[in-house]
Amino acid sequence: MTTDPKTASVGQDRVRIDGPLKVTGTAPYAFEQPTENPAYLFPLTSTITRGKIRAIDASAARALSGVLEVLTHENAPKLLAKTDTELYILQSRDVHYFGENIGAVVAETQEIARHAASLVRVEYDTEQEDTRFRPEHPERYNPGKINTGIPADSKQGNVEQGLAEAAVTVDEVYATPYEHHNPMEMHSVIAEWDRERLDGVLGVLGERPHLRIHDASQGVSYERLMLLPLLGLLPQQVEISSPYVGGAFGSKGIPHAQVMLTVLAARLMPGRAVKYMLSRQQMFRSVGHRLTTHQRFRLGAAADGTLTAITHDVQQSSSRLKQFAEQTVNATRHLYAAPHRETSTRMVPLDIGPATFMRAPGEFPGMFAQETAMDELAVKLGLDPIELRLRNKPDTDPESGKPHSSHHLGECLKEGARLFGWEKRQAQPRARQEGEWLCGMGVAAATYPRQMTPPTKASVAFREGKYHVGIAAADLGTGAWTVLTQIAADALKVPEEDVVLHIGHTDLPLAFLAGGSTGTYNWGSAVMVAAVNFRDRYGLTPAEGDEAEGSAFFPDEAKKYMLDAYGAHFAEVKVSTVTGEVHVTRLLGVYDPGRIINPRTANSQFIGGMTMGISAALHEESYLDSRPGYGHVVNSDFAGYHIAANADVPDVQARWIEHPDPMFGPTGAKGIGEIGIVGVPAAIGNAIYNATGKRLRELPFTPAKLVE
Amino acid sequence: MKPFDFQRAGTVSDALAQFAPGSAYLAGGTNLVDHLRAGIREVDGLVDISRLDLTEIAELPGGGLRVGALVKNSDMAAHPLLRERYPALAEAILAGASGQIRNMATTGGNLLQRTRCVYFYDPATPCNKREPGSGCSAIGGFGKYNALFGASEHCVTVHPSDMCVALALLDAVVVAESEAGGRRIPFADFHRLPGDTPHLDTNLRPGELITAVELPAVPVAAQSTYRKARERTSYAFALVSVAAALRTEGENVAEVRLACGGVAHRPWRAHRAEAYLTGKPATAEHFRAAIEAELEEAQSGTENAFKVPLLRNMVVSVLEELRDGRTPQRRAEQGGAA
Ligand SMILES: Cc1cc2nc3c(=O)[nH]c(=O)nc-3n(C[C@H](O)[C@H](O)[C@H](O)COP(=O)(O)OP(=O)(O)OC[C@H]3O[C@@H](n4cnc5c(N)ncnc54)[C@H](O)[C@@H]3O)c2cc1C
Repeated sequence: MTTDPKTASVGQDRVRIDGPLKVTGTAPYAFEQPTENPAYLFPLTSTITRGKIRAIDASAARALSGVLEVLTHENAPKLLAKTDTELYILQSRDVHYFGENIGAVVAETQEIARHAASLVRVEYDTEQEDTRFRPEHPERYNPGKINTGIPADSKQGNVEQGLAEAAVTVDEVYATPYEHHNPMEMHSVIAEWDRERLDGVLGVLGERPHLRIHDASQGVSYERLMLLPLLGLLPQQVEISSPYVGGAFGSKGIPHAQVMLTVLAARLMPGRAVKYMLSRQQMFRSVGHRLTTHQRFRLGAAADGTLTAITHDVQQSSSRLKQFAEQTVNATRHLYAAPHRETSTRMVPLDIGPATFMRAPGEFPGMFAQETAMDELAVKLGLDPIELRLRNKPDTDPESGKPHSSHHLGECLKEGARLFGWEKRQAQPRARQEGEWLCGMGVAAATYPRQMTPPTKASVAFREGKYHVGIAAADLGTGAWTVLTQIAADALKVPEEDVVLHIGHTDLPLAFLAGGSTGTYNWGSAVMVAAVNFRDRYGLTPAEGDEAEGSAFFPDEAKKYMLDAYGAHFAEVKVSTVTGEVHVTRLLGVYDPGRIINPRTANSQFIGGMTMGISAALHEESYLDSRPGYGHVVNSDFAGYHIAANADVPDVQARWIEHPDPMFGPTGAKGIGEIGIVGVPAAIGNAIYNATGKRLRELPFTPAKLVE
Repeated sequence: MKPFDFQRAGTVSDALAQFAPGSAYLAGGTNLVDHLRAGIREVDGLVDISRLDLTEIAELPGGGLRVGALVKNSDMAAHPLLRERYPALAEAILAGASGQIRNMATTGGNLLQRTRCVYFYDPATPCNKREPGSGCSAIGGFGKYNALFGASEHCVTVHPSDMCVALALLDAVVVAESEAGGRRIPFADFHRLPGDTPHLDTNLRPGELITAVELPAVPVAAQSTYRKARERTSYAFALVSVAAALRTEGENVAEVRLACGGVAHRPWRAHRAEAYLTGKPATAEHFRAAIEAELEEAQSGTENAFKVPLLRNMVVSVLEELRDGRTPQRRAEQGGAA
């Protein structure tokens, strides 16, 4: 990226453009979008886990003053194509999981809707249910392909031979629990069907009917693409906006049932906007979760630490309604060299709601297993865990043999060790005690791949002396508003004040969603190409109304390389010998993130990920009560589901080693939204081992597991 | 949430008169409003008592304090005399909830806050406390918070309050008013064990209004402390907590009081442990033997078994700390984290 020193914005510390709006409470989130005379929705949700609705008696609800409509499968508009089982709701009597949306009450106020919903009586015919996750489930299956399109299984060499040749082996089982995203902003939808443009015939080309949606969405373009076939509409008939999103972590990546529920309810009252915001408890039911895993991990190494074999066999939960096959084995295929390697993925089908992306799906659970196993191996070998990792750094990608576009894991580990004071660590567990507290240090590597990026475009238009840059991107609190403005300013060679960014609307050029840590390099690339096209066409003195588009560009040679970001996490903990309470006294992350567009927002992304890592390590667990008749997560509020708070994160710091990587596209950035969480629980668990001599292989590390 | 009437009381007698069957008093609202919203409690009317003139902390003759029912938890914890005479109480309050919630929460409301058992909060599941006769889901379910002492086949939950553990330590007295007149309820008779009526948390009668809590003079409480173990550093309910006061004479225990939280349906005064320890040498062995004596009554399942070593360790540690005068050190280390 060429930058003019006079206007260079990329790389500068910039406060968030949306900051003032956020702190003054004036950024309009989905639920706050102005609407005239809206109606409010409260859902009817199933209180059984599996079966059929026999009867719904909504007479008491309908009789209540202020109730406008009761939506059930009996009066729901028909959906056209069953392209997504999660969104194909209210089309039958079937109940697939506890808390599934089976209808809704729409009323003049939120309170009336909620009260009316409590008056609706539903009778069910229940069927035998199964929500108990167990690795040996009789119906567990091989999904063939897992998310990101890679094969579920992989095999190179002969692992039994590799393990037989090994001087030292590790063979352990690691487990991660269900988790829920818990963004601060609850999922919210406003849907309105235009009364004037309603009387067309469904499925016939044209302008009608017309649907407007305000959603909290990680990407309105792909959300719309998912809704269209179900609704039988054309793109120009559906408009979605989502300018501000108050956290998402993957839970707003693709639309969930509540969007369709609101759209269907609104269809029954054209011309009236219907609003719905989930309650915290409802968030624990039907907008996705992180699946639970059971992972057997085996390592074999020669006496000098060189790996001879790696195996990783994963069983993970799945919804019978819709599969979500997390790529838990992915990092295992690429991080360390070993001649013999095997991975496998099996899904355990259950009567639960669909899982979805949650910050670093795949890498997060998988690297907990891998990086804990590596620590166990280091202990058995009597080798420093950093040294063990350095000795097994691959020269080329172990699976494909491709060279890396850039690979700075070793630098991250070494620089981190220096900054953290790793040399003060005692290899022997229980060697450091302060009062009742046992102290220890741990390390784990981090890696996050370059994900696929479906087509993404951007536009630049010159109006009233400003460059209006448009792209249907999303800012989830990540800083996208700010960094895209910086990228645009440099690409257009103008000061940031001359750029007006427009994001979060389907009228803007199509963009892939905020996911897979792709936002900055993918949207950034489209913005740069649009800017170059604009300048090519109109020069430095454009006329009013001049406009150009561009599509995200990535170099063809990128295919010849393995593209990944790397990092290393260092944790210091103290563990109470009285209570088993764990405090993470220090956490450091050192990253290899390519180019950093804005150090302030980048730092926030890193320490945000690390904080979520501490939270996952110490606190987060959705307890699914799998007894017949229960079948749902029972700790579904903040008293029962703990998330790290300020006192849990006293000292969390991020550093980076900046090597721009052009193979990731013209921004040179690698994506930083997720790598901050990867490996953090392993680093903390390894530190707990170093402190106490106790090895924990199941998240989270609660006092119950440590007190003795 | 069912629609309800709302009235605001100006005086205690107003409040008593406004109360009707199906009503509830509304103080800080930090517990009650949650219950209404979660659909686990329905009321016909709310009588807002938050404006009543019960916000004073006054000295009692003989060295005690009288804390008005509407004193905010934060004000109570900050009161200089209370901190001096009953440090365990101030610490217990500060160990609970968050600064914001303590600014709303009141003395009376804290006493009457209800269990945090996840099933109590989940209207889709059986819970005898919420819906008498429906069953107890916590037995055989999510059980890690379950009680060690005094549970029944109808309810195995624990009392969530931190403050009440310290009040049990101090033998506080609850002062209540009703149309029939006032009465004083010793703290030991205030909260109940579940038995076959787990829907009743306390012996307060319907419509009775708490006006104050009296703290008697308890000289030993000047050397008292509160320790809480929890699943995150701040803002979480206790897994187990311990309030203790100790006075030694020479090598021996002259006077000891011990109360535990997170282990029973009510704050658990450890009378057996106290009886064992009085007059014994103030050593870790005897501290341990004392809590073992208490634990003879304990019953745990697999998921809450960890509470046994946790309670044992905490009691020994807290008593050692009081014996050695090391309490301020731990307070500092904890950084006053709520
Ligand atoms: C997120 C969260 C975390 C918390 N964490 C903790 C914790 O860690 N430790 C802890 O101890 N507590 C904790 N709490 C609970 C908190 O202490 C209580 O909610 C609070 O003390 C209740 O006081 P209130 O005045 O708000 O009561 P309200 O909600 O107003 O009332 C509670 C009950 O008491 C009744 N009532 C109130 N005053 C009177 C009176 N004078 N006479 C008769 N009846 C009365 C009401 O009718 C109602 O039934 C937490 C609460 C929340 C919301």
